[in-house]
Amino acid sequence: MAPLNILIAVCLIYVAFLFVVAFAAERAAMRGRGGWLRSPVVYTLSLSIYCTAWTFYGAVGYAARSGLEYLTIYIGPSLVMFGWWWVLRRLVRIGRSQRITSIADMISSRYGKSNMLAVGVTVLAVIGTTPYIALQLQSVTLSFEVFSDVQAAGQTAPDHGATALWVAVGLSFFTILFGTRNLDVNERHHGVVMAIAVEAVVKLFALLAVGVFVVWGVAGGMSETLARIDASEIGTWQMAGGRWAGLIFLSAAAFLCLPRMFQVLVVENDNESHLRTASWAFPAYVMVMSLFVVPIAVMGLEILPEGANPDLFVLTLPLATGQEALAMLSFLGGFSSATSMVIVAAIALSTMVSNHIVMPIWLRATGGGAMVSGDVRHVVILSRRVSIAGVVGLGYLYFRFSGGGTALASIGLIAFAGVSQFLPVLIGGLFWRGATRVGAFCGLSVGFVIWVYALLLPSFGAGVILPADLMAEGPFGLGWLRPEAFFGIAGMDPLIHAILWSISLNTLAFFVGSLVSFPSPLERLQGAQFVNIFEHSSRPQSWAGGKAQAEDLMVMAQRIIGAREAQALFESEARKQGMSGVLPEPNARFLDVLERELAGSVGTATAHAMIGQITGGASVSVEDLMAVANETAQIMEHSSQLEAKSEELARTARQLRQANEKLTQISVQKDAFLSQISHELRTPMTSIRAFSEILREDGLGAGARDKYATIIHDEAIRLTRLLDDLLDLSVLENGQVSLREQSADLGTVLDHAIATALTGVSGPVIRIRRDRAAEAIRLHTDPGRLAQVFINLIGNAQKYCDAEAPVLTIEVRRAGGRVVVDFIDNGKGIATDAQGMVFEKFARVSSAHRAGGAGLGLAICREIMLRLGGSVSYLPGQGGAAFRVELPASGSMAAQ
Amino acid sequence: MGKRVLLIEDEPNIIEAISFILSRDGWSVATHANGHDAVDKVTAHAPDLLILDVMLPGKSGFEILRELREAEPTRGLPVLMLTARGQTKDREMAERAGVSRFMTKPFSNADVLDAVRELVAV
Repeated sequence: MAPLNILIAVCLIYVAFLFVVAFAAERAAMRGRGGWLRSPVVYTLSLSIYCTAWTFYGAVGYAARSGLEYLTIYIGPSLVMFGWWWVLRRLVRIGRSQRITSIADMISSRYGKSNMLAVGVTVLAVIGTTPYIALQLQSVTLSFEVFSDVQAAGQTAPDHGATALWVAVGLSFFTILFGTRNLDVNERHHGVVMAIAVEAVVKLFALLAVGVFVVWGVAGGMSETLARIDASEIGTWQMAGGRWAGLIFLSAAAFLCLPRMFQVLVVENDNESHLRTASWAFPAYVMVMSLFVVPIAVMGLEILPEGANPDLFVLTLPLATGQEALAMLSFLGGFSSATSMVIVAAIALSTMVSNHIVMPIWLRATGGGAMVSGDVRHVVILSRRVSIAGVVGLGYLYFRFSGGGTALASIGLIAFAGVSQFLPVLIGGLFWRGATRVGAFCGLSVGFVIWVYALLLPSFGAGVILPADLMAEGPFGLGWLRPEAFFGIAGMDPLIHAILWSISLNTLAFFVGSLVSFPSPLERLQGAQFVNIFEHSSRPQSWAGGKAQAEDLMVMAQRIIGAREAQALFESEARKQGMSGVLPEPNARFLDVLERELAGSVGTATAHAMIGQITGGASVSVEDLMAVANETAQIMEHSSQLEAKSEELARTARQLRQANEKLTQISVQKDAFLSQISHELRTPMTSIRAFSEILREDGLGAGARDKYATIIHDEAIRLTRLLDDLLDLSVLENGQVSLREQSADLGTVLDHAIATALTGVSGPVIRIRRDRAAEAIRLHTDPGRLAQVFINLIGNAQKYCDAEAPVLTIEVRRAGGRVVVDFIDNGKGIATDAQGMVFEKFARVSSAHRAGGAGLGLAICREIMLRLGGSVSYLPGQGGAAFRVELPASGSMAAQ
Repeated sequence: MGKRVLLIEDEPNIIEAISFILSRDGWSVATHANGHDAVDKVTAHAPDLLILDVMLPGKSGFEILRELREAEPTRGLPVLMLTARGQTKDREMAERAGVSRFMTKPFSNADVLDAVRELVAV
């Protein structure tokens, strides 16, 4: 019998050996001589962590209880490997191109880098994995007990919990040592992978050795064994189709979704082509693993006493036949299975917990961003280590409080069912662009709740957590909600029942949730990248680079990966670029390298965002998108401001141009003014001079003399009027006019104006149309000046209206605080291009002299109305010439 | 019958004055009061002398003169231009247009008569 001390010594030596292996592998990898580390064989062997202690020991027990059904646990993963081309290749390609660090990272990355989703997946993974770790601890503990049982009574049996505790502590220590020795690019752990590859060999060898011993050493040969199998109960077990299909599906799903499997399958994958080898090598491995399961089970049942735990036949058979060395080997096989599972699961979970829960909280608590002071690297490593200890510790606690009894035996499949809830979201995300974050949330939540309610809680037994009457009659007496018989479909295997309902409702919720929600832009982008992974280049968006400050990158990198490592990295990159000094050119290639380096420490999204913050290059992290969005908003605001400004400028320019045109016109008019005055003065002068010269001569008849004297008289008056107008205008323009304000009736003013304007008119007189009722408005104004304006307008109508029956309509109305008087005749009106000029001096629109005026009338009107606090303007589009006089109804004067 | 003078002028009193002065001196005076059809009038009337105002309704005296100088029958017609716009630039414009004599208003009756006599004699 092997003394327990020897067993412990062997364990320690074995673990020390694994340390050496892992350490050597790390060293080789660091020196860049680790080519052999990245062989497809190592990759395949690392996948064997699928075969945990549960399969190493439990498969035999399973076979002893349920016949060949244990095979389903191997068939599922084998099918996945055979079909690697469809799913695994995609996963691995995406994992590499998106620098995925865990299954939580994968799912969150696909659904818009949602950290909420990552947290959810992480929590589910922890819940699903903890019992499994407990199971490993139990198997190691049990195997210890087997040895102590068969020992001589003289030695004290090891304490149940103490063994588990020591194992847990040892595993934590090992995992921390090799899982967090440094924060490696893309979460690759060469040392750990090498160690578990060695363990894979050990457990295969151990199981084969026991198998060979049982078949040829105990049963007495192959044919003998087969005969015994036929004779045993195992040979007669029927396979239940539904349950088999369910279990195959379950194990296949778990193979893809288990965090530890994802770690070795995707994260630790060095080369996509390794999948090609593993696709046949891994099924071969599990086939060999299962080769002797049935013989061992049959022989165990036959040889060992009734009631012996079939889960431990692998150990107890050699022990019972006195093969202590073989038993020791078998023990090491089981130990290897348990430890490799716990180590990888702890690494995978700690990565998830640290990256998605601890780091975001820490970054937020310390003010966040890439520029936090201090060494982020220490925080990351510390959080990883604490997480590892926490995960293993949780497993230990579960083991302690679940009592370590038979309750654990069924936990393997239950855990499988739990992590399988990731499957719809994972596969949907790979193949369906329409899948959204909301859908993923819905699916995961529904699946998880059903799993807990229909499988996890009932597994403790009726009355433990779920009350017995709830189990029997459903919650609140709702029979269709009975945990093990949804919708009244009773009689199903509880496991299959739970899988069926949880996965199908999970998928349905995922599908419906995706259909009714809209993906965010980032989700769309990621969705396209995932679904079309083979159409995209093998790397995600490259950095534009160029603008990054190498020094800033160096400062950041030192904080995250450590000063020495950062300097070494920068120096080697600078050398590769042929640069002297330690700072490389921050080109796209270097930024990619750096980002990968940083991603190992802080996760892909954060690394991307950190570099993005420094380089200002294009990025797809949430923060960067937000920043880009903000910036875009600013630019848009700027450009709209600019647009407004340029519009304003254009408007100003237009106004200036108009003003300039007007000024030019006015200047031309000013220039023409003297010429005009000259003309207006010289014309009557000419007549006066000519006729006075004639009058001085003799020999004129009295009639002619009288006629010419009259002409001289009229022209003198015309001259005087012109001079009066000029003076009047000058006075009005200078604001030196004195107004005689008084109360006046508008109608009366009009009466006076019409009478004056039409008196002494030769020829037909224009007909005036008025509405006297409307004209009854009291005004406080200078009635003389107002009449002057009216006279001018009426006089113009009389002079210029070219209608056959000229009519002038005078319309009076109140508009707000003003009185409006419109003068509209029925002539042709004033040409559009001349309308703006009519109020200018000498702007006689018609050059006909029949008007007799000097062209100052409307200019004077305008000045008068300005003084009266009103206005006069031309009204276009009235048919004839139309002028509008506006004046304040209250009669209040303008300031002057 | 005396030589024929065509007076194109829109100011009635001035028409009256010039007509009186020239008629008394033995000239046959015809008058026209707008610029629109002044060229046609000149061509049709074929006067020995044209007295032309500048500020005319429809067409300025300068334009009428330019058109007359371009047409064969009136190329050499003596033209006396009278204007109330007495600036230098007006005189220059008139000379460029091919005026025979340029006088500003108001004028001395004797000067006008002398000018008419001289222009027709030549």
